[in-house]
Amino acid sequence: MSEGSAQSVREAVARGIRRRYRNEWVFRTLGLTALMIGLGFLAFFFYTLIGNGYTAILQTRVLLEVELDSAVIDPDGQRDPAAIAGADYQRLVRDSLQAAFPEVTSRGDLRDLFGLVSPGAGIEIQALVADDPSVIGTTRAMWLLADDDVDVLIKGHSPRDAPESDRRLDDRQLGWLTALEQQGRVERQFNRYFFLNGDSRDPELAGIWGATVGSFFMLLVTLALSFPLGVATAIYLEEFAPRNRWTDLVEVNINNLAAVPSIVFGLLGLALFINAFGLPRSAPLVGGLVLSLMTLPVIIIASRAALTAVPPSIREAALGLGASKMQMVLHHVLPLAMPGMLTGTIIGMARALGESAPLLMIGMVAFIVDIPDSPVAPATALPVQVYLWADSPERAFVERTSAAIVVLLLFLLVMNAAAILLRKRFERRY
Amino acid sequence: MDSTTLLIAVVGLALFAYYFGRQRAVVAAIAAGPRGFHSLPGYHGGYVALWCALPAIALLVLWQVFEPVWLRSAVIDSLPEATRTLPEAELGLIYNDIRNVVEGNIPSTDPEIGAAAERYSSLRDSSRRIASGAVIVLGLVTLIWAYRRVRPDFRARNRVERMIEYLLVAGSSVAILTTIGIFLSVFFEALLFFQQVSPFEFLFGLSWSPQTAIRADQVGSSGAFGAVPLFAGTLLISGLAMLVAVPVGLMSAIYLSEYASRRFRSYAKPLLEILAGIPTVVYGYFAALTVAPLLRGLGESIGLDVASESALATGLVMGIMIIPFVSSLSDDVITAVPHALRDGSYALGATRSETIRLVVFPAALPGIVGAVLLAVSRAIGETMIVVMAAGLAANLTANPLEAVTTVTVQIVMLLTGDQEFDSAKTLAAFALGLVLFLVTLTLNIVALRVVRRYREQYE
Repeated sequence: MSEGSAQSVREAVARGIRRRYRNEWVFRTLGLTALMIGLGFLAFFFYTLIGNGYTAILQTRVLLEVELDSAVIDPDGQRDPAAIAGADYQRLVRDSLQAAFPEVTSRGDLRDLFGLVSPGAGIEIQALVADDPSVIGTTRAMWLLADDDVDVLIKGHSPRDAPESDRRLDDRQLGWLTALEQQGRVERQFNRYFFLNGDSRDPELAGIWGATVGSFFMLLVTLALSFPLGVATAIYLEEFAPRNRWTDLVEVNINNLAAVPSIVFGLLGLALFINAFGLPRSAPLVGGLVLSLMTLPVIIIASRAALTAVPPSIREAALGLGASKMQMVLHHVLPLAMPGMLTGTIIGMARALGESAPLLMIGMVAFIVDIPDSPVAPATALPVQVYLWADSPERAFVERTSAAIVVLLLFLLVMNAAAILLRKRFERRY
Repeated sequence: MDSTTLLIAVVGLALFAYYFGRQRAVVAAIAAGPRGFHSLPGYHGGYVALWCALPAIALLVLWQVFEPVWLRSAVIDSLPEATRTLPEAELGLIYNDIRNVVEGNIPSTDPEIGAAAERYSSLRDSSRRIASGAVIVLGLVTLIWAYRRVRPDFRARNRVERMIEYLLVAGSSVAILTTIGIFLSVFFEALLFFQQVSPFEFLFGLSWSPQTAIRADQVGSSGAFGAVPLFAGTLLISGLAMLVAVPVGLMSAIYLSEYASRRFRSYAKPLLEILAGIPTVVYGYFAALTVAPLLRGLGESIGLDVASESALATGLVMGIMIIPFVSSLSDDVITAVPHALRDGSYALGATRSETIRLVVFPAALPGIVGAVLLAVSRAIGETMIVVMAAGLAANLTANPLEAVTTVTVQIVMLLTGDQEFDSAKTLAAFALGLVLFLVTLTLNIVALRVVRRYREQYE
């Protein structure tokens, strides 16, 4: 081989290496970019959620002098609780607004003026009077709940300088509101209704407590059914079942069930539990039944993994000391596998908490104001509440939807953190 | 007594039974001496308790199942001849009215229904009395029978263990029953649908407008049940989702398993998996309120007309949801490729990326295909994102900027809200559900088989 050709080969190889190293760099950067796209979306996601949702913690209130007129609340003077409860408290709110703006007289203007304060303000006065009837006849300065349109404006979600036709509040309402603000009568205070109320058509009164209680009942039913059934199935398949076609079928079946779309479980719930068994619609009981069928495969798979992780030496030692097979399983293997099973169960429960598609099928999308008091009372669930609010046109529901999502994610975070802690605390290496 | 109280009573009875059985065994054991007793006293107690509770609970369940059927036929038999011979659907409505009157949901207006309601509630009361009595008596009888069997030589432990084993078998059959239940419930409703609409029209028809006539002369009341636009819409959205999820998920998995340092991986991997834990309704909200307006604005600025419920926005967000699914499955698959293959490639002078592209990836391909198939089945069955962000009207198009609807959206639309249960509109949802179930089932079985065969290859 001549000197020149060796030179050219070396050059060709060097060129090739440069190209190959460049490709290497490109490939590696592509991988990192892909990962960053995923993580970047996650960041964007939390940024918008929290950015949209944090304002829901506060709520606008208006300070008004309310005369608790005994002629309105208790015209008979009997202090009869039923009569007091039935009085027209919203009228007191209207009177106090009128007193604050005596120049407003025409009927239409008055209606606009009264629109500044929420219909929930009357309920607040009613609660005050019911607590302590001695306040009747006095005049008090009260922070009354503002209407959601006022709230949106004060929080700056709807710009004040927009043309009147683009605003929910017209120029006069804005004028009154500005007058109130200049007197220091408008303030943002803690939004307790968001945490204590059920759903409502008025965004300022809508809360997530009803949905939270509904979700709680549902998870209770799910846990009570899917944990024992899941553990029983796992124990049977792992410790007792003979290896034959039947158990193979059960295994394939469980893996498939884990991947069946959740809406199909909803169809099962509708056809079986509601139409065939006649269970009530919208009830957490039915939701829990459907969700437990969905959670079952998750718990079974986790529990089987926990059982296989228990070393055979434990089993052999128990059998060697004269325990029966059932005693070996129940007294020795099961307690050792329990942390793993519980971890799987919590993760399954977290998934059940976030699930909403099957609940739409069984009527849990109803508009329900009352806080459910039992698993058969009509209820909705947290994710379904998010779905319902996301569909609502009012601007004030946007922040509430985001806030409800943040609460839902917090619950999920706590559950997953509990699962991780449980695993760390009780995990054993043999 | 209602069934909950009755159940509590039975459980209480079983606790007593355990106590008595155990007590009798202890007394007998003291008399028999330390070696003369086969089982521990607890097993005798358990034997008595199980015998007391299980038959009683079985009876309770049977009663729960058959009481409504029996009540219905008894109440309907008592109705006047003219009402009784009404068609089944109207009879069902009347029966519902009767039950609502009994529950106090609606006031009774019609004297006939009022009388029937009274009969219903008196029948129900006596049925409950009889059932409570029967359940308690059965529990007591079996308790006494089992109690009398407590003897020193009685093999209580073996019996109890056998019973527990049967309970375990019964528990594990629930998973099978669920699958059968899904299939049968969806299948029979779909069958009713196919009596009204031919399967051929359903599977190959090009127009979908599930309106059924309320009045005969209504406009557009014909109702068309050709599901092709739905299948096409589902495929379009899932396809877009896969276009996002497969490259991003796969490349993330490759980076995490081949390039990333241990420390980076220990942070990045759980973070990426948070995406999998976010409820789908949250993605739906995000797609509808953030991504869709964003895309629309973007489209406007470059002169494109993007629908506000475009398939693109939905597919994009769904793809992001599926990223962790693809990445964690392919991560498993890639790490399962034996190290000898990599070492061989490095020894021949290949760079890392060449090794991955030319050696690891082909070796892992079957597993990755399985993962992608599972992801497709996820995308097809995904509901909340499309319900919130995709269109409602059937639209046969391949343009991702237009609004399309999917199978799952239509199922939700057809089944939420009030309509009679046996109209073609409602039943169509079950036919769609059947198609969805069968398609995802096939995908899952194929994918699981592919993954399993791949795993065996390297073990």
